[in-house]
Amino acid sequence: MTANTPPTDVQMHRRSRRPLLVEAGIVVAIALLILFAAPALLTAIGQEFRINMLGRFLALAIVALGIDLIWGYTGMLSLGHGVFFSLGGYGIAMFLQLQLPEGELPEFFTLYGVKDLPFFWQPFHSLPFSIAAIALVPALMGGVLGYLVFRNRIRGVYFSILTQAALIVFFNFFNSQQKLINGTNGLKTDTTKIFDVYTGSDQAQGIFYLLTVVLLVLAYVLCRWLTSGRVGKLLVAIRDDESRVRFSGYDPTGYKVLVFAVSAGLAGVAGALYTVQSGIISPKSMDIAFSIEMVIWVAVGGRASLVGAVVGALAVNFAKSILSEQFPDIWLFFQGALFLGVVTVLPGGFVGWLRNQGQDHLRSLFGRPRRVITYPSLAEDPEVDYERQNLRN
Amino acid sequence: MSDKILEIENLSVSFEGFKALNQLNFSMDTGELRVIIGPNGAGKTTFLDVITGKVQPTEGRALFKGKNLRSKSEHKISRLGIGRKFQTPRVYLKLTPRENLDLSCNRHKNVLATLLGRPSKTEQRTVAGLLETIGLSTKADLSAELLSHGEKQRLEIGMLVAQSPDLLLVDEPVAGLTDEETENVGNLLLTLAASHSIIVIEHDMEFVRQIARQVTVLHQGSVLCEGTMDEVQTNPQVIEVYLGQPEESDA
Repeated sequence: MTANTPPTDVQMHRRSRRPLLVEAGIVVAIALLILFAAPALLTAIGQEFRINMLGRFLALAIVALGIDLIWGYTGMLSLGHGVFFSLGGYGIAMFLQLQLPEGELPEFFTLYGVKDLPFFWQPFHSLPFSIAAIALVPALMGGVLGYLVFRNRIRGVYFSILTQAALIVFFNFFNSQQKLINGTNGLKTDTTKIFDVYTGSDQAQGIFYLLTVVLLVLAYVLCRWLTSGRVGKLLVAIRDDESRVRFSGYDPTGYKVLVFAVSAGLAGVAGALYTVQSGIISPKSMDIAFSIEMVIWVAVGGRASLVGAVVGALAVNFAKSILSEQFPDIWLFFQGALFLGVVTVLPGGFVGWLRNQGQDHLRSLFGRPRRVITYPSLAEDPEVDYERQNLRN
Repeated sequence: MSDKILEIENLSVSFEGFKALNQLNFSMDTGELRVIIGPNGAGKTTFLDVITGKVQPTEGRALFKGKNLRSKSEHKISRLGIGRKFQTPRVYLKLTPRENLDLSCNRHKNVLATLLGRPSKTEQRTVAGLLETIGLSTKADLSAELLSHGEKQRLEIGMLVAQSPDLLLVDEPVAGLTDEETENVGNLLLTLAASHSIIVIEHDMEFVRQIARQVTVLHQGSVLCEGTMDEVQTNPQVIEVYLGQPEESDA
């Protein structure tokens, strides 16, 4: 093909397919590494307990993807994802609590003198229902809440405050309802049984670990699909100029509801996976600080970058747990410093930096010139180049 | 159906007692290129706000192709076939010109169709043709934030056309442009006028002279006079509004 003939449609097609295949290959390779190499490695260096930690943090990476979708891409800062996370967690915990011989009630009910199972517990006898509920209940709630909020054009900081208010409402409700969901104590899962195996056993935990990695990959694929193509561009357009989007003939409400619902559903799945690996879900996961932490993971990793969200969630959480082991008294200062550092020095997060300045640094390390985006005709013009070199003040 | 594309009848808009538009009557034919001029605060932008559904009229009505636009939301009006360009160029800065145009070009703008649909061959061709028309082919895949002010203006006009509207509303398209760019935009609008009805709001008299056939002068929320550029410029009332009584035109 000479430079002048325009590429045919088939060639264009092939060219756009190849990077996607490469990306898929990389994702699968990383997933396999995390599945097989990471546990082996951690066992080899005597840090076996970190496998469970890694599993939990991978679950948190799924929430981070959801936050990135709604905040990084669509520009809506949700400070209430703890609600959706907890709904997913309570969903699976209720199912596990009900894995008892016929007629028995979970232990805490008898403690408070409850004789009959509350009505909303009933469907959680069924595994398919519980699995569906983990993702769909938060998604539905996000969708309905989103519809009411977005239809009335509530945006920006008002949206953030609203989500945080919802978080507090849910926290207070779950925290105070001993007779319904064991209130502030939460629901334990590690002493419950699933398919006649204790949830806390190594065997079950291994399966949960596998499940987490698989679902993280699926979540990544879903987000990747949503953010590429027209809808992805439209989300960015909504973030940058929502009223322009309206005047172009789009109703942003539908798109925002979709993204909010998907994001909430992902948080629910993450909550369930986190719960079975940590052994408990309690109203503490609806703590304001935890929902804000989710945002910090994405900010550190890089907004509007799916890889950034995953990396951010893993890095911040590992840093947090290692620092809190080493410096139990002052580790919170590190977290604050990290966030301040990212906001002031790396506004695009780690991946954002890597994409822009980082590439230039790397190129200069290898003695290659910096990338410049200029007018193509000017970039090659020696006179302009001379000016650039000599007239810089 | 009448051959009037836009009819405005006794339109008033008041913001907490302040009348931005006052009993305004206006109509234009299909295929017309109309320029609206007027001193600051004459209600030109409010006029566009009412047509595009951003502001609801207090009184009166606006008919587009015989259909009442009252209480229709912005995106519905846009889908009826009215495209609007804003005073300052508003393009999606993080997207490339090609993506900007593609979003506007999309025929089915509901969620599901956009999610599952792929840009069709014709749409891709339309986008490529438009990039050519607005002179941005070589910069089609740069981020739009790297474009110059004039290029952004042209890109936004391109986005309007991509919607294939019947009526284009263009608010001060040459504000802040060099003379050369101004002429480019003028020629672009004249080309578009062959196949669209266009309303242009403008301050720059040179530019108005370049493109105008029929001019409407707004003053204090209503139509002061209408006619060709020469008629308007010699109209004593217009001269008074623009030149005399400085305490009023300062507003």
